[in-house]
Amino acid sequence: MEALAITGKNESADADEQQYLTFMMSDEEYGVDILAVQEIRGWEESTLIPNAPDYIRGVINLRGTIVPIMDLRIRFGLSSVEYSPVTVVIILKIEREHGERVMGIVVDAVSDVYTISGSSTRKPPELTEDKNSGFIKGLVNVNEKMVILLDVNELLSISGSLENTGHIAD
Amino acid sequence: MSIDLSQFHQIFFEESFEGLDVMESQLLELQPQEVDAESVNTIFRAAHSIKGGAGTFGFMQVSEFTHVLETLLDEIRSGTRTMQRSYIDLFLQSVDCLRAMLSSIQAGSEPDMERAATLKGSFENILQGTSAADSAEQDLPSDTGNTTTADVTESGWRIIFNPSEDILQTGNEPFRMLRELQELVGADYLTVIPVTDNLPEFTSLTPENCYLSWILEIRSNVSRDDIASVFEWVADDCHIDYQPLCAAPLKNTHDDTPEIRTGAEQKSAAERENGIPPAEIDSGRTATLIPEKISEALEIAAAQKSKPSVSARTARSSEPSSIRVSIDKVDSLINMVGELVITQSMLGELGQDFDMSRLIRLQEGLTQLEQNTRELQESVMKIRMMPISFAFSRFPRLVRDLGSQLGKQVNLVMLGENTELDKTVMEKIGDPLVHLVRNSLDHGLETTEQRLASGKSAEGTITLNAYHQGGNIVIEVKDDGAGLNEERILHKARQKGLVPETQELSSEEIHQLIFLPGFSTADVVSDISGRGVGMDVVRRNIAELNGNIEVKSVRGKGSTFIIRLPLTLAILDGQLVKVKNETYIFPLVSIVESIQLQKRSLNHVTGSQYVMKLRDEYIPIIRLDEFFNLRSNDEEFENPMLVVVEGDNEKVGIVVDDLLGQQQVVIKSLEQNYQRVAGISGATILGDGTVALIIDVSDVGKNLEKSGKGQSRSEQAA
Amino acid sequence: MASILAVDDSASMRQMVSFTLRGAGHDVQEANDGVQALELASKKKYDLVLSDVNMPNMNGIELVKELRQLADYKFVPVLMLTTESAGDVKAQGKQAGATGWIVKPFNPEQLLSTIKRVLG
Repeated sequence: MEALAITGKNESADADEQQYLTFMMSDEEYGVDILAVQEIRGWEESTLIPNAPDYIRGVINLRGTIVPIMDLRIRFGLSSVEYSPVTVVIILKIEREHGERVMGIVVDAVSDVYTISGSSTRKPPELTEDKNSGFIKGLVNVNEKMVILLDVNELLSISGSLENTGHIAD
Repeated sequence: MSIDLSQFHQIFFEESFEGLDVMESQLLELQPQEVDAESVNTIFRAAHSIKGGAGTFGFMQVSEFTHVLETLLDEIRSGTRTMQRSYIDLFLQSVDCLRAMLSSIQAGSEPDMERAATLKGSFENILQGTSAADSAEQDLPSDTGNTTTADVTESGWRIIFNPSEDILQTGNEPFRMLRELQELVGADYLTVIPVTDNLPEFTSLTPENCYLSWILEIRSNVSRDDIASVFEWVADDCHIDYQPLCAAPLKNTHDDTPEIRTGAEQKSAAERENGIPPAEIDSGRTATLIPEKISEALEIAAAQKSKPSVSARTARSSEPSSIRVSIDKVDSLINMVGELVITQSMLGELGQDFDMSRLIRLQEGLTQLEQNTRELQESVMKIRMMPISFAFSRFPRLVRDLGSQLGKQVNLVMLGENTELDKTVMEKIGDPLVHLVRNSLDHGLETTEQRLASGKSAEGTITLNAYHQGGNIVIEVKDDGAGLNEERILHKARQKGLVPETQELSSEEIHQLIFLPGFSTADVVSDISGRGVGMDVVRRNIAELNGNIEVKSVRGKGSTFIIRLPLTLAILDGQLVKVKNETYIFPLVSIVESIQLQKRSLNHVTGSQYVMKLRDEYIPIIRLDEFFNLRSNDEEFENPMLVVVEGDNEKVGIVVDDLLGQQQVVIKSLEQNYQRVAGISGATILGDGTVALIIDVSDVGKNLEKSGKGQSRSEQAA
Repeated sequence: MASILAVDDSASMRQMVSFTLRGAGHDVQEANDGVQALELASKKKYDLVLSDVNMPNMNGIELVKELRQLADYKFVPVLMLTTESAGDVKAQGKQAGATGWIVKPFNPEQLLSTIKRVLG
């Protein structure tokens, strides 16, 4: 199945079309809705959160806001790598019922921006045992290459996965 | 010129709610037998303002309803009618009704008019009972000239305009009226003939008087009403004679200009620009990480971003909160900023060509800067401070209504109403206070019969008191009722398995039992104190504000609930500590003492649980590094410090690596973007820009109790 | 343009009035009640005073009376902001020395056209 994908920016995107920012991790290309991207930063030292899951690297000061940083490699069960000055943090922002939530994700490198139409997106295969499948919104082929589109809302709603890990006061 | 009136809505709602609060409190104090004229005036003024504002901003349901209220109040005010108990009740119900109406309008929904209609009917019935029945008609402006016919003549009017001599002294200027008339009819159609007959001799002339009169000939098709409106303000002081230039009146074209009452253009909030900052690219280092194409795409995306988020934003922004700040506070802020600017320029100058000989001046400058900053911070915090009367104001009504519902006679005493506290704390303490007052009324105070039987006055007293103590505000809710029934509390606690049968407790310990989850002593679950919600919720709410609550009770004499709260939520005095490589912050207020940890004074209890004898008490010890899983159990401290803290009336010793400095920190939420973390109440940003977490002392202590059966923290956390 | 003193105990009305007048290029100062207004007026001569009638501390009628005692304010136009339900208030206001009145509720356009009548 060959999907239609136009590379580059498209200012008058159809309702069906969406722009995705893609990034690389372990030779895989992942995409997030570009409207959820607040900014892209370099990695900086963060403050540890006690008893947080291993993929939460800590919190940073983003112009006065306390923003948690998630290591996406660890989150997806990939082998972790040493951070370097070129390690990239993508700051994502989603609107929630009680305000917005901002979180940073650590990735290997940013890659490209694609305009992708909804019809060209395939459902991810039903891999029930794969704990990552919940984050995946769909798969799409761009220039003969597969891009995994991530569901940012799922990615940022950590509450379910965290409550069992830390000891939560009643 | 079009002005968006909706920008004033928020402040209108706020002042209306305040006005309703004033009406309510005044009404509650009102005794029908001896009506205080000033109180009625105050109530009238509040209603009047709401009506005026509602009319101006286009909330006609509100202004129409308030109108009947105001009419009755006006009659009482002017003495044509005497106040009655039933009126007070009706007014109070109207206050509630208006509050509900305004809330719905504020939330953007249609107000429920059924109740308003019923109340309006009641008011109208009262009003119709007397001569005041036609007051509505009398209210119409008497001088717009709608008694005269709106004659329009073909050829116009001849007007003799003879103003009174002192017309100038009311600020009215005949020339301006003539100019307005000229604008109305057009210069070509107006002839002005001055009449100087009344001009006195120069020696007897008073320059402040007007001696002239005019004959005005208008040759244009203008209605008399329109002309009259020019002279509207002076009609009673002047002689104005209208003579039609052609006697035969033509058909009435009645060119009236209807009064437009609603703000013509009320832009919906959604239409307003909302400023979402574009996605930012960290310049410098990161710039090389991002291909140019991506930065461009991000900028375009940022521009689009405003669209989808508009609905989410407007939905939330229906109730933005604001505070009123007195000019004094703002002035002092401006002064301080002025000083800060001076210090800054002094330091800047110093820095331009600095050498070591000027080190002393630099140090002085920095001291000055520190002082300026601290003062500025204090003043900024003061802006958020409001008198607690805002939280107390609902209680007279609540006590009155509840008292009559329960058949108890209650006297409410409120003290320290001017005690100030942070707005956010105030908003959050409201519900716990309501719960406590209800509880005192329902469970604390006895019935009248019981009181009389035990030799007390029939009327019970509930006292609300607020005062500052140290850096805290203390709020007391006190009743002179029966006091806590210790036997019954203990019995119930044993029944529920909260206290072992054999264990004996002191009075104080028994009193604390009422704060346990699920504890309720009322024989009959009443509607008043609610089901389900108990003192445990009150205590938890107060703990969330970094406060605590205790109860003192004497059997037969009454109970006092004492709440201690920090003055503000936004800032705390912190003790910085080092644990491994991390910096944490203890609220200074919770620290009892900090000492060097002596290994030999430690006693092993069970497992890895230690206690330490500190003078004559044993306190449990927690290693913060273990609690936070920063290092394994067997790794030893080099030179540990013990911070003894008190939270929830329990002392706990917390072991850290080192004590660092003390400083004021601004509390930031960790939960906003993450979630609650055990033992952590929030985060702050240190001077170097890094984040440090703030320790939740009572939460750490609570977790100790649970794990205190010999398990180590690290085992449990794993 | 003109310097105007707007007096009203209702902040929303005050804001609406001053916003409208400032938008038309006037210089506006606000006062909460008659006492505050009188204090401001004694320091500076305004070209026009707009005052609500029902206010705490000193109402609009009392304010006009007091203003007219000041040498500077003998001829300065003073307009009362009054509601239609207050027919006799107009007479009282005139008696006290008010120049005229504006009937509430009014909209910004009506306000501007009315004050044009008294500003030279």
